[in-house]
Parts: sequence; C-alpha cells; structure tokens
Amino acid sequence: MSKKELKENLWGFGFIAPQLIGFLLFSLFPTVAAIILSCFEWDLVSKPKWVGISNFKYIFFSGESDFPLALKNTVLYILYTVPAQLFLALVFAVILNNVGLKMLYRAIFFLPTITNSIAISFVWTWLLNGDFGIINTLLKSLGIEGPQWLTDPNLVMLSISLMSIWWGVGYYTTIFLAGLQSIPNVYYEAATIDGANAVQKFFKITLPMVSPTTFFVLIMSLINGFQVFDQIYIMTNGGPAKASMSLVFLIYQYGFKDFKMGWAAAVSMVMFAIILTITLVQFKFSNRWVYYER
Amino acid sequence: MMSSINRKKMVTKLFLHLILILVSISMIFPFLWMISTSLKSLDQVFLIPPIWIPKPLQWENYLNAWNALPFGNAYLNSLKIALICVIGQLITCSMAAYALAKINFRGKNIIFIAFLATMMVPSQVTMIPTFILYKYIGWIDTHLPLTVPWVLFSAFGVFLIRQFILTLPKELDEAAIIDGANHFVIYTRIILPLIVPVLATLAIFTFMSSWNNFLGPLIYLNSPEKYTVPLLLAQFKGIYITDWTLLMAASTIAIVPVLIVYLLGQRYIIESIALTGIKS
Repeated sequence: MSKKELKENLWGFGFIAPQLIGFLLFSLFPTVAAIILSCFEWDLVSKPKWVGISNFKYIFFSGESDFPLALKNTVLYILYTVPAQLFLALVFAVILNNVGLKMLYRAIFFLPTITNSIAISFVWTWLLNGDFGIINTLLKSLGIEGPQWLTDPNLVMLSISLMSIWWGVGYYTTIFLAGLQSIPNVYYEAATIDGANAVQKFFKITLPMVSPTTFFVLIMSLINGFQVFDQIYIMTNGGPAKASMSLVFLIYQYGFKDFKMGWAAAVSMVMFAIILTITLVQFKFSNRWVYYER
Repeated sequence: MMSSINRKKMVTKLFLHLILILVSISMIFPFLWMISTSLKSLDQVFLIPPIWIPKPLQWENYLNAWNALPFGNAYLNSLKIALICVIGQLITCSMAAYALAKINFRGKNIIFIAFLATMMVPSQVTMIPTFILYKYIGWIDTHLPLTVPWVLFSAFGVFLIRQFILTLPKELDEAAIIDGANHFVIYTRIILPLIVPVLATLAIFTFMSSWNNFLGPLIYLNSPEKYTVPLLLAQFKGIYITDWTLLMAASTIAIVPVLIVYLLGQRYIIESIALTGIKS
C-alpha cells in the first residue's frame, strides 16, 4: 500500500468509525445474538441452557404458545390495513392532484401521522367505546345498534385496523402525491391529442408511472403492519381473550413480562424470516408489474 | 356544447372537493372530540345527544391532568433525548456519508451494503439481545439506550445523506484537493454547507421518531422521574381508567407541542417525507 492509499484508508475509517462501531454494536451483534439466543432457554438470572430448535417447536407446535394466534391476528391486521391504505391513498392522491387547495387538504390528511401513538390511542379508545363512544352514539341516532368495537373478540382486530388506516393513510397519500407529481405532463397531453379519456389515461399512464411508488408503499406498509404494537398495548392490552395479541406484543410479553428470552428471540426470528421472505419475493416479482422509466 | 362540458367539469370538481372535505372532517374529528371531552365535567361526558361545547368550560381539567403526573419533567426528558439524537445523528451520519461518497478506502462497498441490509431487520429482532447487553453494562433505567444507539447508528441517515452528496458537482472538492486541502477541510468547509437541506430533513425525521418512541422507553425505563412523554401518558390509563375528561386533557397536553411544530414547519415536513418516502 502506498503512503497515499494508507492516508485515504485512515481518513475513510476515521470518518466512518462512529457509525461503523454503532453498526457492529447495535445492529450486527444483536442480530447474530438473536439467532443464537433463539436456541437457548434463558430467564436472565440462571445460566443460559442450549435447547436447539425446541423454542421454535414450542412456539409452533406445543399448543401452549400464543404464537399461532399472534401470527393469525397480525396477518388479519395486515389484510385489513394494507389493501385499504394502498387503495385509499392512491385515490386520495389522484383526487388531490386534480383539485386546488392541495396544500391545505394534504396538511389535514397528514395530521394524524405526526401525533404521538399513545395520545391518539386514548382518543380512539374513547371514540370506539361500545357504550358511550361517539361513534356508537352517532350510529344510534341513525337507528343502528353499534357493536362492541374493542371488547368483541371477532371485531377487535378490525377496529384497531380502522384506527390504523385513519392514522397512516395521509402519510401514504403524501408519498403517492409526490409520485404523481413527477409524471411529465407531456404524456397526458399526447394522450389527449390521441383522444384518450380520463379512465384510459389513469390505467395507461398514471398507474404504470406510479408503480414504483406503489411498490415502495406496499413493502413499507407490510413491514409496518408486522410491527403493530403501541395501539394494541393501550387500546386492548392484547385482549379480549388474546384476540388482539400481535407478534410484537407477544415478543414484549415473552421477553419483558415472562422473562423467556429464548421464546421471545424465536418469535422475533420467525417475524424476521417472514418479512425478509416477503420483501425478497416482492422484489423478485416486481419486474412483472413495476415500470421504471429509462 | 362548450358550456355543457364546462358545467360537467364544474360538477366533477365540486364532487371531488366534497369527497376531500368529508375525508378532512374524518381526519380532524377525533382531535376535536378529544378537545371537547377534555373541557367537560364528568357528568357531561355521557350526555345523549352529545354536546360539543360544554358549559361551563372545565379548564381545571388541564391543571388537574398536568398536576396528576410530572408532565414538566417528562417534557424535559423527551426534549433532551430528542436533541441529543438529532445533533448526534447529524454529525455521525454526515461523516459516514462523506466517507462513503468521497473517500476511497478498503471495504467501503461491503460496509455500504451491510448498512443497507440492516434496514430490513425489524427493530424487534435486535430488541431482546440489546436489552440483555444494556442490562450487563448497567444502562437499564438510564437514558443511554434511548440516545447512544441512535447517535451511533442510522443506516437510513447515512444512506439519505450519501445519496445527496453524490448529486453535488464533483468539481468543487476536486479543485480543493488540487489546492492541497485534506478531507477534514473539504468536509467542514465545502460539503457541510451544501448539504444543509438534507441535514434538516434528517433532523425532522429523527426528532419525530425519537419524540414519539414508546416501546424503547417502556422497556428500558423504570423510574418515573426518567419517563418520557409517551411513557408518562401511558401510565395515565391505569390511574384514571374511567375519567375520560382527564385522559383527554392529558392527551391534548401531549399532542400540542408536536402540533405546533407541525403547523409551523408543515410544508417542509411533508415535502421532505414525500421526497424521501421513509419515516423511521
């Protein structure tokens, strides 16, 4: 190595050192540790005990673990929130892109996104209260008997999803709007000259041109969906009868309430594997429907 | 003919505005109801039909909520943690981004790819092992787990700034190199002043995600005097489980500062989120 190269290397590692140390300590090391930990039984007090894959066997097959239920609830949450958010955000963005007062509407839509999850969970607990909540009161004035949103096990995931859709749709609308605004106007002008109508323009120009944004929003909302926790912790505490227990709630429960570090790590590894698989599969199939302008 | 087309356009526009107004109302409604409830007396809370503007307004709910728990202290804690995270990240991320964009050193591609790959690892995976690590080095019940890892590692921050530096014209720093400037001089004198917009974007993201972070403080903090705003607020539910007026007053108190920041920097916040597309 020449003196000049050595100097460049010293500068380079000097500049990146803080982040590199952070990466090793707070990302790489814990990720590897989580893999190893998922093969141990440990309550943080006694000595860790090697158990191989039995943590995974336990969470999947024992019948005692809440993992299958938490997985089911989380998937349900994703099925409710992701398509609805994607669809509504795209529709809102297209409408916003075609009317005046864009800034004002967008600012209002975005309002829920910035607010703190705990305060907003309180507010929704109150709105959705089955006996005194304003939503059921309004329904009653229309002659409809409102359901027990948060205490009916069959409904609780849907109720939490409704709140999450309200919470996140403005954020995704904003991203879609940015995508729409980057479409060059000449495409629409040319289509108008060729006699295309609004519907044709939407399906032949808007939708393909906005597909990279759609792809991004899809992946982001899926990953966010797997991580749902705050609103469940406040609104239902996982209940009634564990009907709103999510994967992250279960990790929290195992790790920090029951001190079963091996089980918690095993659940987190399964979650990691699912997210990784979905993301990679999405990337693999993305070239079939995502259009990148060259 | 022309006028009928214009009329049709007008009707469409009106219809679209109607939809947007309805959605806007549903976005604001929970906030209005929160404020309305926070100003009621307990017996007004359950009135049917519901009232929007209580008489008289119970301003003392706010005083009671503020005094019921140490809000002022939690504000200071949250502010301190958020500021440390923001300033620390701006420094370390911009340095790492500069190295990745402008310095030729060994292993830089591998480091960059490794950083990017971590963005796919959910924070819940690292949560358990880092908790154990902090327990062993005595960081539990301190603010260190809420600051140090944030300051020292943000793949998103490094990536964001690196992309921005790469769009800057090369001539600027090449000329400086010919003049004999070293990397420290180029970084502080040439690059930093040019990347202020992206630094502002990162500052906003970091501030918001630190301020709203709940799971972290929930796991790491035990002593009430160390609580952050979201964690303190969460304690409220157990204590005032049925007093909706106090709960709503406390929620309003917790939301107002972020709301003010948002209304002041609204355009900038939204645009930076639209541009980068990533929240945390």
